[in-house]
Amino acid sequence: MAILSLQGVSKSFGALRVTDDVSFALEPGEALGIIGPNGAGKSTLFNLITGNLRPDQGRVMLDGRDITDETPMQRCASGIGRSFQIPQPFGNLSVYENLLVAARFGGGLAATEAPAHCMDILRRTGLARHADRKAGGLPLLDRKRLELARAMATRPRVILLDEIAGGLTDAECVELVATIRAIHAEGTAIIWIEHVLHALTSVVSRLMVLNFGRMLMIGAPDAVMAAPEVREIYLGIEA
Amino acid sequence: MIWLDTLLQGLMLGGLYALFAAGLSLVFGIMRLVNLAHGDLIVLGAYLILGLGSALGLHPFLAAVLALPLMFGLGWLLQTALLNRVLGEDILPPLLVTFGLSVVIQNALLMGFSADSRKLPVGPIEAQALPLGPVTVGVMPLITFASAILVIWGLNQLFYRTALGRAFRATSDDPVTAQLMGIRPRSIFAIATGIALVVAAIAALYLGARANFDPATGPARLLYAFEAVIIGGLGSLWGTLAGGLVIGVAQALGAALNPEWQILAGHLAFVAVLLLRPRGLFPRAHD
Repeated sequence: MAILSLQGVSKSFGALRVTDDVSFALEPGEALGIIGPNGAGKSTLFNLITGNLRPDQGRVMLDGRDITDETPMQRCASGIGRSFQIPQPFGNLSVYENLLVAARFGGGLAATEAPAHCMDILRRTGLARHADRKAGGLPLLDRKRLELARAMATRPRVILLDEIAGGLTDAECVELVATIRAIHAEGTAIIWIEHVLHALTSVVSRLMVLNFGRMLMIGAPDAVMAAPEVREIYLGIEA
Repeated sequence: MIWLDTLLQGLMLGGLYALFAAGLSLVFGIMRLVNLAHGDLIVLGAYLILGLGSALGLHPFLAAVLALPLMFGLGWLLQTALLNRVLGEDILPPLLVTFGLSVVIQNALLMGFSADSRKLPVGPIEAQALPLGPVTVGVMPLITFASAILVIWGLNQLFYRTALGRAFRATSDDPVTAQLMGIRPRSIFAIATGIALVVAAIAALYLGARANFDPATGPARLLYAFEAVIIGGLGSLWGTLAGGLVIGVAQALGAALNPEWQILAGHLAFVAVLLLRPRGLFPRAHD
Protein backbone atom coordinates (compact mmCIF):
# COMPACT_ATOMS: atom_id res chain seq x y z
CA MET A 1 0.00 0.00 0.00
CA ALA A 2 1.14 3.51 -0.76
CA ILE A 3 2.41 5.43 2.27
CA LEU A 4 1.23 8.78 0.91
CA SER A 5 -1.18 9.47 -1.92
CA LEU A 6 -2.91 12.47 -3.42
CA GLN A 7 -6.21 11.96 -5.21
CA GLY A 8 -7.37 14.65 -7.61
CA VAL A 9 -6.03 17.49 -5.45
CA SER A 10 -6.73 21.04 -6.65
CA LYS A 11 -6.08 24.44 -5.10
CA SER A 12 -6.79 27.94 -6.40
CA PHE A 13 -5.74 31.35 -5.14
CA GLY A 14 -8.50 33.54 -6.54
CA ALA A 15 -8.63 32.90 -10.29
CA LEU A 16 -5.19 31.30 -10.32
CA ARG A 17 -5.22 27.52 -10.22
CA VAL A 18 -1.90 26.67 -8.54
CA THR A 19 -2.58 22.95 -8.14
CA ASP A 20 -4.73 21.32 -10.77
CA ASP A 21 -6.05 17.78 -10.31
CA VAL A 22 -2.81 16.23 -9.06
CA SER A 23 -2.84 12.52 -8.24
CA PHE A 24 0.07 10.29 -7.36
CA ALA A 25 1.04 7.59 -4.89
CA LEU A 26 4.31 7.30 -3.00
CA GLU A 27 5.42 3.79 -2.02
CA PRO A 28 7.00 3.20 1.41
CA GLY A 29 10.71 4.00 1.23
CA GLU A 30 10.44 5.49 -2.25
CA ALA A 31 12.27 8.67 -3.31
CA LEU A 32 10.27 10.89 -5.66
CA GLY A 33 11.68 14.03 -7.28
CA ILE A 34 9.56 16.99 -8.34
CA ILE A 35 10.75 19.48 -10.94
CA GLY A 36 9.08 22.29 -12.78
CA PRO A 37 9.51 25.97 -13.64
CA ASN A 38 9.15 28.66 -10.97
CA GLY A 39 5.50 29.18 -10.14
CA ALA A 40 4.54 25.66 -11.23
CA GLY A 41 2.99 25.03 -7.82
CA LYS A 42 5.70 22.84 -6.30
CA SER A 43 5.85 24.45 -2.86
CA THR A 44 2.04 24.74 -2.81
CA LEU A 45 1.88 20.99 -3.30
CA PHE A 46 4.04 20.58 -0.18
CA ASN A 47 1.80 22.95 1.77
CA LEU A 48 -1.19 20.81 0.78
CA ILE A 49 0.60 17.67 1.99
CA THR A 50 1.70 19.18 5.33
CA GLY A 51 -1.71 20.74 5.95
CA ASN A 52 -0.61 24.38 5.85
CA LEU A 53 -3.08 24.71 2.98
CA ARG A 54 -6.38 22.92 2.52
CA PRO A 55 -7.21 21.66 -0.98
CA ASP A 56 -10.35 22.96 -2.70
CA GLN A 57 -10.91 19.49 -4.11
CA GLY A 58 -9.39 16.05 -3.73
CA ARG A 59 -8.07 14.01 -0.82
CA VAL A 60 -4.68 13.50 0.84
CA MET A 61 -4.14 9.98 2.22
CA LEU A 62 -1.48 8.68 4.61
CA ASP A 63 -1.27 4.89 5.02
CA GLY A 64 -4.64 4.71 3.23
CA ARG A 65 -6.19 6.99 5.86
CA ASP A 66 -7.79 10.27 4.79
CA ILE A 67 -5.82 13.11 6.44
CA THR A 68 -7.29 15.96 4.37
CA ASP A 69 -9.01 17.45 7.42
CA GLU A 70 -6.08 17.01 9.81
CA THR A 71 -4.00 19.90 11.13
CA PRO A 72 -0.26 20.28 10.44
CA MET A 73 0.41 19.17 14.05
CA GLN A 74 -1.51 15.93 13.59
CA ARG A 75 0.17 15.21 10.26
CA CYS A 76 3.58 15.84 11.77
CA ALA A 77 2.79 13.39 14.57
CA SER A 78 1.61 10.85 11.96
CA GLY A 79 5.01 10.98 10.25
CA ILE A 80 5.21 13.79 7.71
CA GLY A 81 8.34 15.92 8.07
CA ARG A 82 9.26 18.98 6.05
CA SER A 83 12.18 21.26 5.27
CA PHE A 84 11.59 24.73 3.89
CA GLN A 85 13.04 26.26 0.74
CA ILE A 86 13.88 29.38 2.70
CA PRO A 87 15.25 28.05 6.00
CA GLN A 88 12.92 28.84 8.91
CA PRO A 89 14.94 28.00 12.01
CA PHE A 90 13.74 29.05 15.45
CA GLY A 91 16.34 31.82 15.50
CA ASN A 92 16.45 32.43 19.25
CA LEU A 93 16.85 28.74 20.06
CA SER A 94 20.15 26.91 19.83
CA VAL A 95 20.65 24.41 17.00
CA TYR A 96 20.31 21.57 19.49
CA GLU A 97 17.13 23.06 20.96
CA ASN A 98 15.63 23.37 17.47
CA LEU A 99 15.97 19.61 17.14
CA LEU A 100 14.84 18.95 20.70
CA VAL A 101 11.56 20.79 20.12
CA ALA A 102 10.98 18.77 16.96
CA ALA A 103 11.86 15.47 18.65
CA ARG A 104 9.75 16.01 21.78
CA PHE A 105 6.62 17.43 20.18
CA GLY A 106 6.67 16.14 16.62
CA GLY A 107 8.60 12.93 17.20
CA GLY A 108 6.76 12.12 20.42
CA LEU A 109 10.00 11.18 22.17
CA ALA A 110 10.27 11.22 25.96
CA ALA A 111 12.63 13.61 27.75
CA THR A 112 15.03 10.71 28.32
CA GLU A 113 15.14 9.57 24.68
CA ALA A 114 15.16 12.87 22.82
CA PRO A 115 18.72 14.10 23.60
CA ALA A 116 20.46 11.00 22.20
CA HIS A 117 18.21 11.04 19.13
CA CYS A 118 19.03 14.72 18.51
CA MET A 119 22.77 14.34 19.07
CA ASP A 120 22.81 11.46 16.60
CA ILE A 121 21.10 13.57 13.94
CA LEU A 122 23.43 16.52 14.65
CA ARG A 123 26.42 14.27 14.01
CA ARG A 124 24.96 12.81 10.85
CA THR A 125 24.13 16.21 9.40
CA GLY A 126 27.49 17.70 10.33
CA LEU A 127 25.97 20.17 12.80
CA ALA A 128 27.42 18.75 16.02
CA ARG A 129 30.01 21.51 16.37
CA HIS A 130 27.26 24.15 16.13
CA ALA A 131 24.95 22.44 18.64
CA ASP A 132 24.96 25.30 21.17
CA ARG A 133 24.98 28.12 18.66
CA LYS A 134 21.86 30.23 18.16
CA ALA A 135 20.19 29.03 14.96
CA GLY A 136 19.52 32.59 13.79
CA GLY A 137 23.25 33.22 13.30
CA LEU A 138 24.06 30.21 11.12
CA PRO A 139 25.43 30.57 7.56
CA LEU A 140 23.36 29.28 4.63
CA LEU A 141 24.72 25.73 4.34
CA ASP A 142 24.25 25.10 8.05
CA ARG A 143 20.75 26.56 7.91
CA LYS A 144 19.92 24.11 5.14
CA ARG A 145 21.42 21.30 7.17
CA LEU A 146 19.35 22.42 10.14
CA GLU A 147 16.19 22.31 8.02
CA LEU A 148 16.99 18.72 7.15
CA ALA A 149 18.08 17.83 10.69
CA ARG A 150 14.98 19.32 12.28
CA ALA A 151 12.70 17.50 9.85
CA MET A 152 14.58 14.28 10.67
CA ALA A 153 14.16 14.90 14.40
CA THR A 154 10.37 14.62 14.08
CA ARG A 155 11.02 10.97 13.07
CA PRO A 156 9.15 11.18 9.78
CA ARG A 157 8.24 8.26 7.56
CA VAL A 158 7.84 10.69 4.68
CA ILE A 159 10.18 13.65 4.48
CA LEU A 160 9.50 16.60 2.16
CA LEU A 161 12.58 18.48 1.00
CA ASP A 162 12.03 21.86 -0.65
CA GLU A 163 14.99 23.01 -2.78
CA ILE A 164 17.43 22.06 -0.11
CA ALA A 165 20.41 22.03 -2.50
CA GLY A 166 19.70 25.45 -4.03
CA GLY A 167 22.37 28.08 -3.44
CA LEU A 168 25.05 25.64 -2.29
CA THR A 169 28.49 25.12 -3.81
CA ASP A 170 29.17 21.81 -5.58
CA ALA A 171 31.18 20.43 -2.66
CA GLU A 172 28.47 21.40 -0.18
CA CYS A 173 25.86 19.87 -2.45
CA VAL A 174 27.72 16.53 -2.59
CA GLU A 175 27.86 16.45 1.19
CA LEU A 176 24.14 17.16 1.52
CA VAL A 177 23.23 14.53 -1.08
CA ALA A 178 25.24 11.94 0.86
CA THR A 179 23.20 12.73 3.99
CA ILE A 180 19.92 12.50 2.08
CA ARG A 181 20.97 9.16 0.55
CA ALA A 182 21.70 7.86 4.04
CA ILE A 183 18.24 8.89 5.27
CA HIS A 184 16.71 7.21 2.24
CA ALA A 185 18.76 4.08 2.83
CA GLU A 186 17.17 3.76 6.26
CA GLY A 187 13.78 3.41 4.65
CA THR A 188 12.41 6.95 4.96
CA ALA A 189 10.30 7.91 1.96
CA ILE A 190 11.34 11.19 0.34
CA ILE A 191 9.66 13.76 -1.87
CA TRP A 192 12.23 16.25 -3.07
CA ILE A 193 11.62 19.46 -5.00
CA GLU A 194 14.86 20.57 -6.62
CA HIS A 195 16.27 22.65 -9.45
CA VAL A 196 19.72 21.09 -9.10
CA LEU A 197 18.91 18.12 -11.30
CA HIS A 198 22.12 16.11 -10.92
CA ALA A 199 21.66 16.15 -7.15
CA LEU A 200 18.06 15.08 -7.51
CA THR A 201 18.59 12.28 -10.02
CA SER A 202 21.38 10.78 -7.92
CA VAL A 203 18.80 9.98 -5.23
CA VAL A 204 15.31 9.63 -6.69
CA SER A 205 13.93 6.67 -8.60
CA ARG A 206 10.94 8.55 -10.01
CA LEU A 207 10.55 12.08 -11.27
CA MET A 208 7.41 14.21 -11.52
CA VAL A 209 7.18 17.31 -13.69
CA LEU A 210 4.77 20.06 -12.65
CA ASN A 211 3.79 22.88 -14.98
CA PHE A 212 1.07 25.48 -14.29
CA GLY A 213 -0.09 23.34 -11.37
CA ARG A 214 -0.68 20.28 -13.52
CA MET A 215 1.25 17.03 -13.41
CA LEU A 216 2.84 16.94 -16.86
CA MET A 217 4.60 13.62 -16.43
CA ILE A 218 5.73 11.11 -13.84
CA GLY A 219 8.09 8.20 -14.36
CA ALA A 220 11.71 7.04 -14.46
CA PRO A 221 14.06 10.06 -14.43
CA ASP A 222 15.78 9.21 -17.74
CA ALA A 223 12.50 8.71 -19.57
CA VAL A 224 11.02 11.90 -18.13
CA MET A 225 14.04 14.04 -18.97
CA ALA A 226 14.10 12.62 -22.52
CA ALA A 227 10.44 13.44 -23.19
CA PRO A 228 9.99 16.23 -25.76
CA GLU A 229 7.41 18.18 -23.72
CA VAL A 230 9.75 18.22 -20.72
CA ARG A 231 12.71 19.29 -22.86
CA GLU A 232 10.55 22.11 -24.16
CA ILE A 233 9.98 23.47 -20.64
CA TYR A 234 13.59 22.94 -19.68
CA LEU A 235 15.04 24.25 -22.95
CA GLY A 236 18.46 25.64 -22.25
CA ILE A 237 18.64 24.01 -18.83
CA GLU A 238 21.09 21.15 -19.00
CA ALA A 239 21.01 18.34 -16.48
CA MET B 1 22.63 58.24 53.61
CA ILE B 2 19.23 59.53 52.55
CA TRP B 3 20.14 58.76 48.92
CA LEU B 4 21.14 55.20 49.70
CA ASP B 5 17.85 54.77 51.50
CA THR B 6 15.96 56.24 48.53
CA LEU B 7 17.78 53.94 46.14
CA LEU B 8 16.88 50.93 48.26
CA GLN B 9 13.21 51.95 48.52
CA GLY B 10 13.22 52.40 44.75
CA LEU B 11 14.63 48.93 44.16
CA MET B 12 12.03 47.40 46.46
CA LEU B 13 9.25 49.26 44.64
CA GLY B 14 10.81 48.19 41.35
CA GLY B 15 10.44 44.56 42.42
CA LEU B 16 6.68 45.10 42.66
CA TYR B 17 6.63 46.69 39.21
CA ALA B 18 8.62 43.77 37.83
CA LEU B 19 5.96 41.44 39.23
CA PHE B 20 3.27 43.53 37.51
CA ALA B 21 5.25 43.30 34.29
CA ALA B 22 6.39 39.65 34.29
CA GLY B 23 3.05 38.23 33.16
CA LEU B 24 2.67 40.90 30.52
CA SER B 25 6.19 40.22 29.27
CA LEU B 26 5.56 36.48 29.13
CA VAL B 27 2.40 36.82 27.06
CA PHE B 28 3.87 39.48 24.79
CA GLY B 29 7.05 37.47 24.29
CA ILE B 30 5.23 34.31 23.28
CA MET B 31 2.25 35.50 21.28
CA ARG B 32 2.86 39.19 20.52
CA LEU B 33 -0.32 39.99 22.42
CA VAL B 34 -0.44 43.17 24.46
CA ASN B 35 -3.00 42.36 27.12
CA LEU B 36 -4.53 45.73 28.00
CA ALA B 37 -6.53 44.04 30.76
CA HIS B 38 -3.39 42.85 32.56
CA GLY B 39 -3.58 45.54 35.26
CA ASP B 40 -7.25 44.80 35.85
CA LEU B 41 -6.53 41.09 36.06
CA ILE B 42 -4.00 41.86 38.81
CA VAL B 43 -6.66 43.87 40.67
CA LEU B 44 -9.13 41.02 40.09
CA GLY B 45 -6.52 38.74 41.66
CA ALA B 46 -6.30 41.05 44.68
CA TYR B 47 -10.09 40.89 45.15
CA LEU B 48 -9.96 37.11 44.74
CA ILE B 49 -7.35 36.87 47.52
CA LEU B 50 -9.40 39.24 49.66
CA GLY B 51 -12.58 37.24 49.05
CA LEU B 52 -10.98 33.85 49.68
CA GLY B 53 -9.31 35.20 52.79
CA SER B 54 -12.48 36.59 54.36
CA ALA B 55 -14.71 33.68 53.26
CA LEU B 56 -12.40 30.99 54.60
CA GLY B 57 -10.82 33.01 57.38
CA LEU B 58 -7.35 32.66 55.91
CA HIS B 59 -4.30 34.91 56.06
CA PRO B 60 -3.79 36.66 52.68
CA PHE B 61 -0.60 34.63 52.07
CA LEU B 62 -2.56 31.37 52.35
CA ALA B 63 -5.47 32.78 50.37
CA ALA B 64 -2.98 33.73 47.63
CA VAL B 65 -1.76 30.13 47.45
CA LEU B 66 -5.38 29.06 46.86
CA ALA B 67 -5.80 31.81 44.27
CA LEU B 68 -2.85 30.61 42.17
CA PRO B 69 -4.54 27.56 40.58
CA LEU B 70 -7.80 29.50 40.18
CA MET B 71 -5.97 32.26 38.32
CA PHE B 72 -4.20 29.68 36.15
CA GLY B 73 -7.60 28.23 35.24
CA LEU B 74 -8.97 31.68 34.51
CA GLY B 75 -6.02 32.45 32.24
CA TRP B 76 -6.34 29.16 30.42
CA LEU B 77 -10.06 29.74 29.91
CA LEU B 78 -9.58 33.35 28.85
CA GLN B 79 -7.06 32.35 26.19
CA THR B 80 -9.00 29.33 24.94
CA ALA B 81 -12.45 30.90 24.87
CA LEU B 82 -11.59 34.44 23.85
CA LEU B 83 -8.06 35.51 22.98
CA ASN B 84 -7.16 32.58 20.69
CA ARG B 85 -10.11 33.61 18.53
CA VAL B 86 -8.80 37.11 17.92
CA LEU B 87 -5.07 36.44 17.51
CA GLY B 88 -3.89 36.76 13.93
CA GLU B 89 -1.94 38.82 11.45
CA ASP B 90 -3.80 41.97 12.50
CA ILE B 91 -2.71 43.28 15.92
CA LEU B 92 -5.78 45.50 16.34
CA PRO B 93 -8.48 42.92 17.27
CA PRO B 94 -6.63 41.59 20.37
CA LEU B 95 -5.97 45.18 21.50
CA LEU B 96 -9.66 46.07 21.19
CA VAL B 97 -10.82 42.88 22.86
CA THR B 98 -8.45 43.18 25.83
CA PHE B 99 -9.37 46.86 26.17
CA GLY B 100 -13.02 45.80 26.31
CA LEU B 101 -12.11 43.12 28.82
CA SER B 102 -10.44 45.78 30.95
CA VAL B 103 -13.66 47.82 31.03
CA VAL B 104 -15.74 44.72 31.78
CA ILE B 105 -13.52 43.64 34.67
CA GLN B 106 -13.49 47.14 36.20
CA ASN B 107 -17.26 47.41 36.07
CA ALA B 108 -17.83 43.89 37.32
CA LEU B 109 -15.56 44.60 40.29
CA LEU B 110 -17.40 47.87 40.88
CA MET B 111 -20.71 45.98 41.02
CA GLY B 112 -19.36 43.21 43.19
CA PHE B 113 -17.16 45.13 45.62
CA SER B 114 -18.25 48.81 45.30
CA ALA B 115 -15.80 51.64 44.69
CA ASP B 116 -14.46 51.60 48.26
CA SER B 117 -10.74 51.07 48.41
CA ARG B 118 -9.57 47.89 50.12
CA LYS B 119 -6.37 46.46 51.48
CA LEU B 120 -5.16 42.95 52.19
CA PRO B 121 -4.80 42.52 55.97
CA VAL B 122 -1.34 40.98 56.27
CA GLY B 123 -1.06 41.87 59.95
CA PRO B 124 1.95 42.98 62.01
CA ILE B 125 4.51 41.94 59.36
CA GLU B 126 3.46 45.09 57.51
CA ALA B 127 5.14 47.31 60.11
CA GLN B 128 8.26 45.21 60.63
CA ALA B 129 11.61 46.36 59.34
CA LEU B 130 15.15 45.03 59.18
CA PRO B 131 18.22 47.17 59.80
CA LEU B 132 20.62 46.70 56.89
CA GLY B 133 23.80 48.49 57.90
CA PRO B 134 23.15 52.20 57.69
CA VAL B 135 19.62 51.86 56.32
CA THR B 136 16.41 50.12 57.28
CA VAL B 137 14.20 48.16 54.95
CA GLY B 138 10.66 46.96 55.48
CA VAL B 139 10.08 43.23 55.67
CA MET B 140 7.15 43.25 53.22
CA PRO B 141 9.04 45.25 50.54
CA LEU B 142 11.95 42.85 51.00
CA ILE B 143 9.71 39.80 50.54
CA THR B 144 8.17 41.48 47.49
CA PHE B 145 11.59 42.10 45.99
CA ALA B 146 12.76 38.56 46.71
CA SER B 147 9.55 37.19 45.20
CA ALA B 148 10.12 39.22 42.04
CA ILE B 149 13.60 37.79 41.62
CA LEU B 150 12.33 34.29 42.37
CA VAL B 151 9.47 34.62 39.87
CA ILE B 152 11.73 35.92 37.10
CA TRP B 153 14.31 33.22 37.88
CA GLY B 154 11.59 30.56 37.88
CA LEU B 155 10.16 31.74 34.58
CA ASN B 156 13.65 31.70 33.10
CA GLN B 157 14.21 28.13 34.29
CA LEU B 158 10.89 27.21 32.72
CA PHE B 159 11.83 28.95 29.47
CA TYR B 160 15.34 27.62 29.10
CA ARG B 161 15.31 24.27 30.90
CA THR B 162 12.04 22.57 30.04
CA ALA B 163 10.35 21.12 26.95
CA LEU B 164 7.40 23.44 27.55
CA GLY B 165 9.75 26.43 27.63
CA ARG B 166 11.38 25.42 24.36
CA ALA B 167 7.90 25.12 22.85
CA PHE B 168 7.17 28.63 24.16
CA ARG B 169 10.29 29.99 22.51
CA ALA B 170 9.82 28.04 19.27
CA THR B 171 6.23 29.27 18.98
CA SER B 172 7.40 32.79 19.73
CA ASP B 173 9.97 32.59 16.91
CA ASP B 174 7.64 31.11 14.31
CA PRO B 175 4.18 29.71 15.10
CA VAL B 176 3.64 28.31 11.58
CA THR B 177 6.85 26.27 11.59
CA ALA B 178 6.17 25.24 15.19
CA GLN B 179 3.01 23.50 13.99
CA LEU B 180 5.08 21.45 11.57
CA MET B 181 7.17 20.35 14.56
CA GLY B 182 4.01 19.00 16.19
CA ILE B 183 3.40 21.95 18.53
CA ARG B 184 -0.17 23.22 18.97
CA PRO B 185 0.29 27.01 19.33
CA ARG B 186 -3.20 27.45 20.80
CA SER B 187 -2.54 25.05 23.67
CA ILE B 188 0.84 26.67 24.21
CA PHE B 189 -0.81 30.11 24.33
CA ALA B 190 -3.45 28.88 26.81
CA ILE B 191 -0.78 27.54 29.18
CA ALA B 192 1.22 30.77 28.79
CA THR B 193 -1.73 32.98 29.74
CA GLY B 194 -2.47 30.64 32.65
CA ILE B 195 1.09 31.11 33.92
CA ALA B 196 0.87 34.87 33.32
CA LEU B 197 -2.18 35.05 35.58
CA VAL B 198 -0.45 32.95 38.24
CA VAL B 199 2.25 35.63 38.25
CA ALA B 200 -0.49 38.28 38.27
CA ALA B 201 -1.93 36.67 41.42
CA ILE B 202 1.49 36.87 43.11
CA ALA B 203 1.71 40.53 42.07
CA ALA B 204 -1.82 41.04 43.39
CA LEU B 205 -0.84 39.79 46.84
CA TYR B 206 1.96 42.33 47.18
CA LEU B 207 -0.06 45.10 45.54
CA GLY B 208 -2.88 44.58 48.04
CA ALA B 209 -0.51 44.24 50.98
CA ARG B 210 1.39 47.40 50.12
CA ALA B 211 -1.33 49.87 49.27
CA ASN B 212 -5.06 50.39 48.90
CA PHE B 213 -6.70 49.16 45.76
CA ASP B 214 -10.10 49.72 44.19
CA PRO B 215 -11.72 48.56 40.92
CA ALA B 216 -10.09 51.43 38.99
CA THR B 217 -6.52 50.70 40.13
CA GLY B 218 -5.70 48.44 37.17
CA PRO B 219 -4.87 50.77 34.27
CA ALA B 220 -2.05 52.59 36.12
CA ARG B 221 -0.48 49.20 37.05
CA LEU B 222 -0.71 48.24 33.38
CA LEU B 223 1.15 51.40 32.42
CA TYR B 224 4.05 50.73 34.82
CA ALA B 225 4.14 47.11 33.71
CA PHE B 226 4.17 48.06 30.06
CA GLU B 227 6.98 50.56 30.59
CA ALA B 228 9.00 47.95 32.46
CA VAL B 229 8.62 45.47 29.59
CA ILE B 230 9.65 48.05 26.98
CA ILE B 231 12.62 49.30 29.00
CA GLY B 232 13.87 45.75 29.50
CA GLY B 233 13.54 44.79 25.85
CA LEU B 234 10.64 42.81 24.45
CA GLY B 235 10.89 39.10 25.18
CA SER B 236 13.60 39.30 27.87
CA LEU B 237 12.44 38.34 31.37
CA TRP B 238 15.58 39.54 33.17
CA GLY B 239 15.19 42.71 31.10
CA THR B 240 11.67 43.08 32.49
CA LEU B 241 13.06 42.85 36.02
CA ALA B 242 15.64 45.50 35.14
CA GLY B 243 12.87 47.62 33.61
CA GLY B 244 10.80 47.38 36.79
CA LEU B 245 13.81 48.40 38.87
CA VAL B 246 14.57 51.37 36.61
CA ILE B 247 11.03 52.70 37.03
CA GLY B 248 11.01 51.99 40.77
CA VAL B 249 14.31 53.78 41.36
CA ALA B 250 13.34 56.69 39.12
CA GLN B 251 10.06 57.10 41.02
CA ALA B 252 11.80 56.97 44.39
CA LEU B 253 14.39 59.52 43.31
CA GLY B 254 11.68 61.77 41.87
CA ALA B 255 9.70 61.52 45.09
CA ALA B 256 12.79 62.35 47.14
CA LEU B 257 13.25 65.56 45.18
CA ASN B 258 9.59 66.50 45.36
CA PRO B 259 6.70 64.20 46.29
CA GLU B 260 4.74 65.45 43.29
CA TRP B 261 7.42 64.20 40.92
CA GLN B 262 7.25 60.51 41.77
CA ILE B 263 5.05 59.30 38.88
CA LEU B 264 6.48 61.81 36.40
CA ALA B 265 10.05 60.71 37.15
CA GLY B 266 9.16 57.10 36.32
CA HIS B 267 7.68 58.11 32.97
CA LEU B 268 10.67 60.34 32.21
CA ALA B 269 13.03 57.43 32.83
CA PHE B 270 10.94 55.41 30.38
CA VAL B 271 11.19 58.12 27.72
CA ALA B 272 14.93 58.48 28.33
CA VAL B 273 15.54 54.76 27.81
CA LEU B 274 13.41 54.77 24.66
CA LEU B 275 15.46 57.66 23.25
CA LEU B 276 18.82 56.07 24.06
CA ARG B 277 17.98 52.38 23.49
CA PRO B 278 14.84 52.15 21.33
CA ARG B 279 14.85 48.33 21.49
CA GLY B 280 15.25 48.29 25.27
CA LEU B 281 18.16 47.32 27.49
CA PHE B 282 18.21 43.61 26.60
CA PRO B 283 16.67 43.11 23.15
CA ARG B 284 16.22 39.66 21.61
CA ALA B 285 18.98 38.50 19.28
CA HIS B 286 16.77 37.54 16.33
CA ASP B 287 13.37 38.95 15.50
